[in-house]
Amino acid sequence: MRGWYAVFRKEAANFFVAPIAYAVIAIFLLISGFFFWANVSLMSLISLQAANNPMISARINITDIVIRPLIQNMSIVLLFLMPLITMRLFSEEKKSGSIELLLTYPITDAGVLIGKFLAAQLVLLAMLAGTLTFPLFLVFLDDPDLGTLASGYLGLLLMGGAFMAMGIFLSSLTENQVVAAAVSFGAALMFWVMSWSSSFSGEWLGAILRQLSILEHLDSFHKGVLSLVDISFFALFTAFFLFLTLRSVETYRWRG
Amino acid sequence: MIEVDRLTKYYGRLAAIKDVNFRVGQGEIVGFLGPNGAGKTTTMRILTCFSPASSGGARILGMDVNTDSLKIRQKVGYLPENVPLYDWMRVRAYLEFVARAKRIPSGQRVQELERVAACVGLDEVMGKIIRILSKGYRQRVGLAQALLGDPPILILDEPTIGLDPKQIREIRNLIKGFARNRTVILSTHILPEASQVCDRVIIINRGTIVAEDTPTNLTRSYGKSTRCRLVMRAPEGEVTALFSGLRDVISVTLAGDSVNGETSVIVEASPETDIRPALARAVLDRNWDLLELRPLHVSLEDVFIDLVTEEIEESSLTEDVEKREVAS
Repeated sequence: MRGWYAVFRKEAANFFVAPIAYAVIAIFLLISGFFFWANVSLMSLISLQAANNPMISARINITDIVIRPLIQNMSIVLLFLMPLITMRLFSEEKKSGSIELLLTYPITDAGVLIGKFLAAQLVLLAMLAGTLTFPLFLVFLDDPDLGTLASGYLGLLLMGGAFMAMGIFLSSLTENQVVAAAVSFGAALMFWVMSWSSSFSGEWLGAILRQLSILEHLDSFHKGVLSLVDISFFALFTAFFLFLTLRSVETYRWRG
Repeated sequence: MIEVDRLTKYYGRLAAIKDVNFRVGQGEIVGFLGPNGAGKTTTMRILTCFSPASSGGARILGMDVNTDSLKIRQKVGYLPENVPLYDWMRVRAYLEFVARAKRIPSGQRVQELERVAACVGLDEVMGKIIRILSKGYRQRVGLAQALLGDPPILILDEPTIGLDPKQIREIRNLIKGFARNRTVILSTHILPEASQVCDRVIIINRGTIVAEDTPTNLTRSYGKSTRCRLVMRAPEGEVTALFSGLRDVISVTLAGDSVNGETSVIVEASPETDIRPALARAVLDRNWDLLELRPLHVSLEDVFIDLVTEEIEESSLTEDVEKREVAS
């Protein structure tokens, strides 16, 4: 991991010097803000309608109507935006040739990779930090379930990290950023919807598809449950694609 | 300081370099000459630990490029061809990044940046974005990043390519200046550059080394002929006939039309003979006025072209023989 900090600083600077990070963060906050507003409006409408019925109004809670759907919607928005963050990380360096110089500095390949991955994580953190105003707003209004909120955000962070690792790997395979983004999005979507076909894929294949599906493993986080299986899935998913990226860089050196 | 032993690199089934051997001593400036695709960049990429060799080995400062890669990278400054920089960065920020990557302690970083900027003449553009710099300044930024950390070895891949004559001269002077205490390997296909800058030249063609010596020795030993220019008052027709009959003369060529009875010729003779005394005697025996007699030196370019062409001729001859053998 030697030398990761230099790469991290450079990549973080690139994200925030070029308008990439600002554009992605702004779009994410705008769409998330829209979903938050829609959910709060729905909550207010249901509350008004249930005002005369104590049975129903007792069952209405802000976590189910606002927080859970908001986090689910944010995870879908992240699915679209993650490839835009990772697409240039290796492909741009390969196209400009700067990777040749970068790989001759006294930095290990793992250092280069971790520096880039953490810089992308920084953008994800900034995106999620921007949305914290929504739950803060709810805390003043009501009494949301903070556990569900925290686990939901942890799920977003782990899922974002997993998609980023996959996006970085795909970026390391091509010199073309658009190709990297398109393939990353397609692959992320495949992992997202994988479980949909499990019901008609036979017993053992269905079980495998369910285990590989991001959506299945995200569900527990949305429910406020921290499952070791689901946390391990995202950790392994991320580690696997980071490992593949390292092999890809090594192959690039051999072909270089 | 640099020992390369039977270095070979394959791209698929194609050998980019094959059994390359050479040594570079401390403080030497060695020029790597060769046509495009000869294997110069491949060799440099192996020496800078960017790409591993298929077989053979290289040792830099006693360290192996395969096992001590990180230590070697600390000691080698590299300028790749076309100077790939981060265009969106400012010069200072870029050099700070390189200094950090080269693990220069934070306390010495500012001082080191100033030293390098002064060395290559970047002071005026330190705050500018790299994208807007001229090619000459980009090349200087590339040299600056290679010099950061004061590496004892510099490997420069075509450092003057694409520059105008003034910039070429500036960069050459820079290299000569900072090379005093360093070992430098530079690749080029600008041959006068090699003659002017390098202590020793390695000519590589089709992945193998075809010659290795000082520029002077190369022109002396690989020159296929010595040439002299003569100007005399004599009839044009007789001059050619007279010189062609002399021993060791290979060819006689008229150098332009005769003006005011003055005839100029270029005489080519075998390399081991000094033909000048024989030429002078022949002119004086005929009672012609000898106005000028001077040797024309064989340039490194002539040697290079001869060696590279010879290789191509030899290999095509071998291919022809092989084809004929297969056909028969």
